[in-house]
Amino acid sequence: MIEFDLDKDGVSALNQRLHSLPKDTNERSWRVKNPMGQHAIACGLTLPLIIEIEGHVGFYCGGMNKEADIIINGHAGPGVAENMMSGSVRVRGNASQSAGATGNGGLLVIEGDASSRCGISMKGIDIVVGGSVGHMSAFMAQRGNLVVCGDAGEALGDSIYEARLYVRGKVESLGADCIEKEMGDEHRKELGLLLERAAFKARPEDFRRYGSARKLYNFNVDHADQY
Amino acid sequence: MDANVPRTTPRKSHTFDDYTLSEIRRAATTGIYDIRGAGAKRKLPTFDDLLFLGASISRYPLEGYREKCGTNVMLGSRFAKKPIEIKIPITIAGMSFGSLSAQAKEALGRGATIAGTSTTTGDGGMTVEERGHSHILVYQYLPSRYGMNPDDLRKADAIEVVVGQGAKPGGGGMLLGQKISDRVAQMRCLPKGIDQRSACRHPDWTGPDDLEIKIHELREITDWEKPIYVKVGGARPYYDTALAVKSGADVVVVDGMQGGTAATQEVFIEHVGQPTLACVRPAVQALQELGMHRKVQLIISGGIKSGADVAKALALGADAVSIGTAALVALGDNDLALEAEYQALGTTAGAYDDWHEGRDPAGITTQDPELARRLDPVLAGRRLSNYLKVMTLEAQTIARACGKSHVHNLEPEDLVALTVEAAAMAQVPLAGTNWIPGKNGNS
Repeated sequence: MIEFDLDKDGVSALNQRLHSLPKDTNERSWRVKNPMGQHAIACGLTLPLIIEIEGHVGFYCGGMNKEADIIINGHAGPGVAENMMSGSVRVRGNASQSAGATGNGGLLVIEGDASSRCGISMKGIDIVVGGSVGHMSAFMAQRGNLVVCGDAGEALGDSIYEARLYVRGKVESLGADCIEKEMGDEHRKELGLLLERAAFKARPEDFRRYGSARKLYNFNVDHADQY
Repeated sequence: MDANVPRTTPRKSHTFDDYTLSEIRRAATTGIYDIRGAGAKRKLPTFDDLLFLGASISRYPLEGYREKCGTNVMLGSRFAKKPIEIKIPITIAGMSFGSLSAQAKEALGRGATIAGTSTTTGDGGMTVEERGHSHILVYQYLPSRYGMNPDDLRKADAIEVVVGQGAKPGGGGMLLGQKISDRVAQMRCLPKGIDQRSACRHPDWTGPDDLEIKIHELREITDWEKPIYVKVGGARPYYDTALAVKSGADVVVVDGMQGGTAATQEVFIEHVGQPTLACVRPAVQALQELGMHRKVQLIISGGIKSGADVAKALALGADAVSIGTAALVALGDNDLALEAEYQALGTTAGAYDDWHEGRDPAGITTQDPELARRLDPVLAGRRLSNYLKVMTLEAQTIARACGKSHVHNLEPEDLVALTVEAAAMAQVPLAGTNWIPGKNGNS
């Protein structure tokens, strides 16, 4: 395992070194020390690396990640794993707002709570949150799955498209065009796999499913009060 | 009534004119606001309200066609390792694949490349056609993040963080179901045929402090190579320019309310934002006060249509301009040759703006394969490059007449205004006077 001290060499040096690795590199396993809440750590990665960050990170850690597996042994600032394409990001602590925003793929696991707008405009990413999520989570969520083992704040899934939401606890309120949907066997199976990938011991049977009513997909004057 | 009694001529209301009445009837019938493309159509103060003084005894001109008059522009030299240089001070503004056909995007790339300038993606990601035919391509980073991915980010020559656009400052994109084809739906990760409304605000940052961090992230992802633009609608050009500079932008793009859109509410286009003419000087002032004029480049857009407009924008302090609607016209939009087809759509050549409906007979603002095939990207690209060259020649003609060896040497002192409003907005004297409203001790 290669150790990199951000206090000594800085974020840009880390990112540029990770970006410059050849595809067949043997330097696949990295430990990043002293993150101290700095921004854009390990963003834009393109290889199947394993990056373990020892501490709290600022904005956009793991942004636009492709293929790498990133573990944050601490809390994460806003936009962790934003626009992730593939690979995984695991936050051992809590995550600030907009976790997994616009993510296209991969798996984001937040072992603690996630703040507001978790999964905003998600486009295929799978997000599993061990705790609760804040208001406006899954706003305009287009594709992918958001699993919340705790509670969800106000306006969950507002203006949602085709993303699937699973919540075990209480939902403060649902946003425009988001409704509770039937939980079928295929959904329990899918949810079980997501929980397994996240290594969470929760039972799919305890969750409820939410998704789009699809009433706002095309303008209808009779639904104008929801716009 | 006695037929011999004189009657007053029937008089229509200035307030309730024919257009207003038709809009009331349309709204009452449909229950939905009017949606259209293009920019503001109302009469506004424009660059046409300014005139160049030309040479005189105190200023001697350069020989037309003989003495050099430079037009090149370097963009992104503040922080980017790989700034871009364009040969002419005119770029092609962001217009999405989705709102435009793939053929139109290809034509824009071809035309811009021949002319030596850049073109820009839009709210729908980067297409292979566009990248392949654009020597310099600016990749827009929008609130929706449709089609956003790190591979295309790295393929781009510059990145434009879009905060707003002149047609709708504070509004997000709109693409109605008719234009959400299989390919558009796939690129945007959306169901086919829905009315797609893009977010108006970025999902993972708000405010200038966050924007600074976002720009930092984009630089980190691209190893500090790409110039990063920040585009704002012409709402608060002084503050927005200052905040964009503070946030770390290499280039600021200010888009006035004549700037076009693929589709939005008519009420938004005509009633939100400021005229392009009113945006230039506040933006330049912000750069000058920060000591960043010519270090952070300023691109002005919104209704730019001629070399005279280009020269005037540059004289007021811009580094370059950007065109969108005019570029589409150069490709063939609203062509008189299509009048019969425009009539069939209930409109007329020169007024067609239902770009959201996807029935464009010119094959430009459509996703209908049959219509799109009508546009020959090679021919349309050549038309665009011709137009860009004409605009550049016009700007050079004016610059030489003012004695300038580079279009960037044009200055506000070369201009006067025809109207009090234009004098106030451009902060140049009213013609025949030395009066600048708000200056010279007057208010």
